[in-house]
Amino acid sequence: MMFNTERKFNASCSVLADAIRAAWPVCIAYLPIGLAFGVLAQKAGLTPFEIGLMSVLVFAGSAQFIAVSMISSQAGVIPVILTTFMVNLRHFLMSSSMALYLGRIGSGKLSLLAYGITDESFAVNMSRFYGGNWDADRSLGVNHIANLAWVISTVIGGYFGRLIPAGAFGMDYAMIAMFISLLVLQIRGRVFLVTAIISGGLAVMLSLIIPGNFYIVAASISAAVIGTLLRKRS
Amino acid sequence: MVIGMGVVTYLPRWLPLLFLSKRTLPHRIKEWLELIPVAILSALLVPELITTGAPRHLDLLRPEVAVAVPTILVAVKTRSLGGTVLAGMALYWLLDLC
Repeated sequence: MMFNTERKFNASCSVLADAIRAAWPVCIAYLPIGLAFGVLAQKAGLTPFEIGLMSVLVFAGSAQFIAVSMISSQAGVIPVILTTFMVNLRHFLMSSSMALYLGRIGSGKLSLLAYGITDESFAVNMSRFYGGNWDADRSLGVNHIANLAWVISTVIGGYFGRLIPAGAFGMDYAMIAMFISLLVLQIRGRVFLVTAIISGGLAVMLSLIIPGNFYIVAASISAAVIGTLLRKRS
Repeated sequence: MVIGMGVVTYLPRWLPLLFLSKRTLPHRIKEWLELIPVAILSALLVPELITTGAPRHLDLLRPEVAVAVPTILVAVKTRSLGGTVLAGMALYWLLDLC
């Protein structure tokens, strides 16, 4: 019996260690953005408690930024919620894509996992799923660690953000560098490279034409369709 | 309002996981879903990198673009997420100090 619990404990330790190894770059990237969000939210009149509450309940960087700027310009409740919905629709695609790797997992765990799907945690988990040796528990670990980093950094931003000089240590580049790396890790063959190029090109064109961030969903869906058709040909 | 934001954020993350993970999907849909991550990442990254302002306009001469070239090389060579993030930050910081 004791032996069993001990083994169980060791197993959870290794899950946690794997999750930390995968999640720390996400935490570094969240830090400057969380701080910046905290500063902005505080200027918009939110208390540190409200900032933390929003980070826990919503946990979506870009949506939170947009919401706060809408709050500052006295937008109503319904427009803010609708915009949040539009901004986060891309997670519908991510969640669908992740579902491929989560076969026989209880609905409770799935529901918990769904809460933590962000651009960053999704990409980190997917790159690990491809490598094999990754599962729902480790993904959950990554999501929770990232969530913790986000909540803490936004609240700290609300309290002390203004004391930190802008652009220190190249922090503003953390997110871009992370996306570059994640994109490189996703390219596992020619069709992936072609899809990435088409999607990037389409996204740029659409982002110049249509306001808002609808270009993300439109470009990714179209590029993935083109990629699938190309794959059938070859 | 925050609760409403939470709900509309959670639903698109939750429903596909719940309904798709227990189903066997047609081969073509699977192939399409496999390409979604790479497509989304590229659609998120490239406009962020080479356009700026509101409304957006192209700008290829930003320091972000210059730093992206060595950062991509580091990513390809090391295939390490953490290493690439740190290298990108250091390069961007150096360029800023110059």
